[in-house]
Amino acid sequence: MDFVILQTFNGLSYGALLFLFASGLSLIFGVMRIINISHGSYYLLAGYIAFTLMQLVNSYLLGMLGASVVIGLLAVLMVRVFLRKLAGNDLGQLLITMGFALVFQDLALLIWGGDPSTINVPNFLNGPLVVGHFYFPRYRIFMVLVAIFIGFWLWFFQAKTRVGAIVRAAVDNEEMACAMGINVPVVSMSVYALGAILAAIGGVIGGGFLSIYPGLDFELLPYAFVVVILGGRGSLEGAMLGSLVVGLVDNFGKVLFPELSYFTLFAPMVLMLAIRPTGLFGKK
Amino acid sequence: MRVKRVKRNWIKIAFFLIVFVVFLAAPYISFALLGSNYLTELLTQSLIYGIAAFSLNLLLGYLGLPSLGHGVYLGISAYTTAICLAKFHLSPPVASIIALLIVIGSAALFGPVTLRARGVYFLMITLALAMVVWGLAYRWVSLTSGDNGISGISRPQLGPWSLRDISNYYYFVLGIFLICLFIIHRIVRSPFGRSLVGIKESESRMRTLGYNVWLHQYLCFLIAGFFAGVAGVLFIFYHGFISPPSLELTPNIEILLMVALGGPGTVIGPFIGAIVIVFLKNFVSAYTERWLIILGAVYIVTVLYAPGGLMDVVRLVRELVRGEKKVGKKAPNGY
Repeated sequence: MDFVILQTFNGLSYGALLFLFASGLSLIFGVMRIINISHGSYYLLAGYIAFTLMQLVNSYLLGMLGASVVIGLLAVLMVRVFLRKLAGNDLGQLLITMGFALVFQDLALLIWGGDPSTINVPNFLNGPLVVGHFYFPRYRIFMVLVAIFIGFWLWFFQAKTRVGAIVRAAVDNEEMACAMGINVPVVSMSVYALGAILAAIGGVIGGGFLSIYPGLDFELLPYAFVVVILGGRGSLEGAMLGSLVVGLVDNFGKVLFPELSYFTLFAPMVLMLAIRPTGLFGKK
Repeated sequence: MRVKRVKRNWIKIAFFLIVFVVFLAAPYISFALLGSNYLTELLTQSLIYGIAAFSLNLLLGYLGLPSLGHGVYLGISAYTTAICLAKFHLSPPVASIIALLIVIGSAALFGPVTLRARGVYFLMITLALAMVVWGLAYRWVSLTSGDNGISGISRPQLGPWSLRDISNYYYFVLGIFLICLFIIHRIVRSPFGRSLVGIKESESRMRTLGYNVWLHQYLCFLIAGFFAGVAGVLFIFYHGFISPPSLELTPNIEILLMVALGGPGTVIGPFIGAIVIVFLKNFVSAYTERWLIILGAVYIVTVLYAPGGLMDVVRLVRELVRGEKKVGKKAPNGY
């Protein structure tokens, strides 16, 4: 029983981090139909930027804020200068985001070197929280809380506000949204930037949990793709449930069937694609 | 006009003859220029990736299905050959045949799953399958040796020639390459190949005309898997080593880049793309550590400035030289 509780908690906290990373990817995939290979780069770069900022100002919050702003601007630039030209060209968009992912990875290697860096977390998040005879690391609890907080506001924004309705309209039927007078290119760009900022927040939070190193960008991507595919493109609920499932399956799979652990993670995704290509919550 | 066309044909034939002679003489040229086998090594790699790119081009250029997991067939075949040789001590020809059978088998298995999807979803599902295979290679340690990969595969003896000698292996690969090129050329020019292009243009129209669209796609998928498998066998005997990173996202996208860079939907274009990427990776990485940035830039420049690939540039130059101008004619096979 102890084993189940601890592993569930571990899976939950990993799922929380994945949610921050993958919900952005899902939003971008949903609205722009871009398989955004640079998504991992945003995570990586944000982690590094926050790392450097915190050496300068020694504030976790400022580090996160700074990294989010920089990555948001970078994302806007990517859309305005490159991605907008390639609308409707699936393969072109994929290849160009791949190109940028390579460039960003190498730049990170050039600037920050190849050694793993870890972001120092504020003191009150260090150490464990003792409940009975369990020791829960505080930082992992913090990760879960942040994911719930951001998840809630994203849901609120998407389901209850006018802006959210516009985004939903753009996901469901782009042409119709255009005809209704919605400026879809601007919506797309904002969603892309929002997605990138979510990856950035994930990067800063993940930087205190996993360390940051070149190559992490491509290591995380497959997990995020599983989340997007399981949940369905552009669906927040889907991303939430998907991250939870992936976090738990990954954790238990690695412990219980080490030889088949990736198989237990990826096989359900293939099954899902074969049976229901749009994912759990996705729409046609 | 007739005389002119005959003359043009002669130029074409002369050009291909020169290219052929250069490829035949490549090991000697390599020694003459560099005093080593370096050029031969790179050309062997280019030929192997060329076959893989040809096979992906069948899907991307002719059927219009961009696969993000095509390198996986190469990987499955290389792994199977390596496992047959290293773990079960079979002879190289038997191992190669088993590898090709397994590749066709996996393509037959993956086909029905992937062919339900189109466009972005096809990219996604092929990527997903690639990740499954990568996960197995990485974690199924008792069969694949996991992270360490399988090494120590040596090239066999072929009659009087030892393929361990890189020049001999180069000629062997060149031979297989030419056979593959010939077969793929025939497939593409056949009624079957034409109907593939028809399906790329409009599935519903082809269906209305009475074509079994799914069967065409499935067969094309199998053929593409088979040729990637051939490349995989050549790959493992060339490197003598395979490990999970060969199945990751990056090498998979690299094959896509070769096709996109060379010219999807052209017969020889993907091979040109393969040569450029192989030489770029090896030469640039010898001069600078920042070769990833340059590779990234190649992706970006290709997408922005050569959407029809290098063959499109060749076509434009040729039209310019002839003084012909085809108004409003788009690149025939841009993606």
